[in-house]
Amino acid sequence: MRYLFRPPADDAAGLLALPWHQPLEEWDQSLLLDVPSRGISRHVVRFVAVEDRVYALKEIDERLARHEYALLAQFEAEGLPTVSVLGICVDRPDDQAAILVTRYLEYSMSYRWLFSGPRGGRSADQLLDTMVVLLVRLHLAGIFWGDCSLSNTLFRLDAGTFAAYLVDAETVERHPRLSPGQRRYDVDLACERVGAELLDLQFGGLLPEDVDPIEVAEGLPRRYESLWEEVTREEVFRTDEQRYRVAERLQRLNELGFDVGEVELRTTEEGTRLRVETRVAEPGHNRRELFRLTGLEVRERQAQRLLNDVRAFRAYLEQKSGQPVPETIAGHRWLAEVYQPVLDAVPEELRGRLEPAEVFHEVLEHRWFLSEKAGRDVGTTKAARSYFTNVLPGTPQELTTPSVIAGRG
Amino acid sequence: MASIEMKNIVKQYGDGFPAVNDVSLDIADGEFMILVGPSGCGKSTLLRMIVGLEDITSGDMVIGGKRVNDLAPRDRNLSMVFQNYALYPHMTVFENIAFPLRLAKTPDDEVRRKVEEASDVLELKEHLERKPANLSGGQRQRVAMGRAIVRDAEAFLFDEPLSNLDAKLRGQMRTEISRLQRRLGITTVYVTHDQTEAMTLGDRVCVLRKGKIQQVASPRELYEQPVNLFVAGFIGSPPMNFLPATPEGNRLKTPFGDIELDEKRAAAVAGHDLLLVGIRPEYFEDATLVDEAKRPVGSTFRARVDVTEWLGDSQYAYIPYDAPDSIRAQLRDLSKELDSEELRTQAIVSIDATSRIREGREAEFWLDSRKVHVFDPETGDNLTRDAEAGAELTRLANEDRLEQMEDSHAGSRADEGQVRTGGATAVGS
Ligand SMILES: Nc1ncnc2c1ncn2[C@@H]1O[C@H](COP(=O)(O)OP(=O)(O)OP(=O)(O)O)[C@@H](O)[C@H]1O
Ligand SMILES: Nc1ncnc2c1ncn2[C@@H]1O[C@H](COP(=O)(O)OP(=O)(O)OP(=O)(O)O)[C@@H](O)[C@H]1O
Ligand SMILES: [Mg+2]
Ligand SMILES: [Mg+2]
Repeated sequence: MRYLFRPPADDAAGLLALPWHQPLEEWDQSLLLDVPSRGISRHVVRFVAVEDRVYALKEIDERLARHEYALLAQFEAEGLPTVSVLGICVDRPDDQAAILVTRYLEYSMSYRWLFSGPRGGRSADQLLDTMVVLLVRLHLAGIFWGDCSLSNTLFRLDAGTFAAYLVDAETVERHPRLSPGQRRYDVDLACERVGAELLDLQFGGLLPEDVDPIEVAEGLPRRYESLWEEVTREEVFRTDEQRYRVAERLQRLNELGFDVGEVELRTTEEGTRLRVETRVAEPGHNRRELFRLTGLEVRERQAQRLLNDVRAFRAYLEQKSGQPVPETIAGHRWLAEVYQPVLDAVPEELRGRLEPAEVFHEVLEHRWFLSEKAGRDVGTTKAARSYFTNVLPGTPQELTTPSVIAGRG
Repeated sequence: MASIEMKNIVKQYGDGFPAVNDVSLDIADGEFMILVGPSGCGKSTLLRMIVGLEDITSGDMVIGGKRVNDLAPRDRNLSMVFQNYALYPHMTVFENIAFPLRLAKTPDDEVRRKVEEASDVLELKEHLERKPANLSGGQRQRVAMGRAIVRDAEAFLFDEPLSNLDAKLRGQMRTEISRLQRRLGITTVYVTHDQTEAMTLGDRVCVLRKGKIQQVASPRELYEQPVNLFVAGFIGSPPMNFLPATPEGNRLKTPFGDIELDEKRAAAVAGHDLLLVGIRPEYFEDATLVDEAKRPVGSTFRARVDVTEWLGDSQYAYIPYDAPDSIRAQLRDLSKELDSEELRTQAIVSIDATSRIREGREAEFWLDSRKVHVFDPETGDNLTRDAEAGAELTRLANEDRLEQMEDSHAGSRADEGQVRTGGATAVGS
């Protein structure tokens, strides 16, 4: 057998002890983790925990495993929202297929699972919008997915908004750029697959009544086209409008979740022509900033939220001491005195249902809500306590992320 | 269903490289066309232009009499088979086949009729009410085909559909696809780089090289009357042997002795100095095992055998030969282009499984000189190709196809009223 891993491969050592020579289907139950929120799959896919880290293992033809491994590695390097690949195991005995190893995307759930939940109906619109953002982002990067479905899209919360991730790059083709035909075909495939999976949930009695599979599927191309248009269109405006029109466009793109790489302005007969080149990577300005100040790794909108709290905390420190406080000092003190205590207070049985940064975000929201009601600021500690008793228990227990379950032993 | 006509199709990618270069090809309504060639020859690009996945740089793509160059994929109404073989666990096999129609809001009675027709052809009828979890690998693939069938597409398109399957399933599916295509009589374009698939599935095979069509013909014609060195070397496994040869009157002098040519072929090769003679492995035999009656149509020679390979029902002998440097270089280039690793200055010769020819010894061989072809090493042209005989082979294949389609239609009509009586319906099962 041979293992190919991408550095940093510090996780790899523990994985080597697994029974790779056996078919995944025959692995001992004690090695495996059950993930109720996973999607359906043609291949055998299993989840294992090694030293508190969780991995997804997929048994798949070697050629496809290599293909998927190479592409996922590329995508990650480019900052695209995908699962992170660790490596592959090939040359297994008895001509067995290869195994692709990806890092479990913590705090994620498949779209399939989301739609089948009681909240599926209410958020269908938002869910599809984020799925379309993912598809547009991939298309901008010249990626033809070929299998966009509810099971192949993972979902995470980002400060109350949704973020979609690609899992399953088996059918992906990478091109320098996509032709309109390729994009449309990919959207057609997505419609068909999303529609089919919703029908499937309906047949299984798992779909909320107010979701109509056909209607949802039919709506996808429209959503896609309008976002694609919004992101790629060239605009012409009068030269005197230039300043505010450019700013307006950039802000709109940011709101949609896209960063701008380059702006091209050309003066023409009709006026100024604006072309915007959108970055394919997820926006990351706030993320990097928060990391620099606190060492925390979170998602973009979460980072924005947390940074605001760091800034407020810094202002409070400065006001209290009557002198300037360097931002890095403020960052470290905020981490130790504000952020960490909230998370340390999460009751044991509720841990792992939401990502720590998301918990903090929700506590801030809750604080705002309580303060509004009380007519004064109730403070973070009190808000946290109320949140842990009244709100967090409402998050389904099945959502507990596997690494936390594994950690409990 | 529809014919597909390509007129002077060119595809240039961004860097200006012509991946498909002036391809004109007519695929008849109901025909099974294979696109084949070594990696990078442009076969997938061509298929993608039919589907609408690549813009066409120039030329016309006409499907069912309509120019489709500017139509979106979905408006061309073609079906890429096996693109989606996901099975949905809560839906019955019936619904797993029906959902494309459901999504298109097709009325229930029409859905029922189409799914039943498709499941008939696919022999899935008894399974329609089952959940897919317990289907076999082959049955799963057939459900995927069912989805393609109920769409009533103009044509089926396959891009290396079997390459990810294990060998056993691949064999099964090959038969299945062929049977299905015959029964439905649906125009089919199938991309592969696999010899066996190319030679067993198609009515006609289009061989591509560097974006250009080399030859379009029935598998038999390609095999027996290749237009050039490239096609001759690409089709056939083990491949055709190419030996250096110099013409002398009615004879060709080769490392395996003199080969006599009939007058027509002798005239065709006259005036050349150095030639390549192409001999398929099965045109050879252990001389001691050849019928006296057959001997005179060929020639015999003695050679030392390097290796023999006994496969139970057949046997191969490997015979090294000398060739001038120019020919060696030429053969090396050819095998590189054909993605085959061997440098062919060693002939592969098929001998009867009972032959007692031994490795390392000299033995006497016979070769059937009626079927050899002679190529111009510079242009690669087959100088001895008999175009008429070739066309006749393809005409016969076409007749077979039309007849089989008749039969299968008659068969399915008969099915409606009475018990199946075999015939086309039993093919491959
Ligand atoms: N790294 C990961 N993190 C979280 N979940 C994962 C990961 N890898 C796989 N999964 C889950 O496992 C499911 C199956 O994985 P995957 O889609 O790769 O399998 P597949 O057999 O290729 O599927 P398909 O039938 O769509 O081709 C996914 O729907 C997803 O829910
Ligand atoms: N998007 C692209 N941009 C530039 N060149 C391309 C692109 N796609 C394919 N090519 C080139 O066009 C040529 C034909 O490619 P194509 O994929 O059609 O070949 P193929 O015969 O299907 O090969 P294979 O069997 O390897 O799939 C190749 O030289 C390839 O490198
Ligand atoms: Mg999948
Ligand atoms: Mg997959």
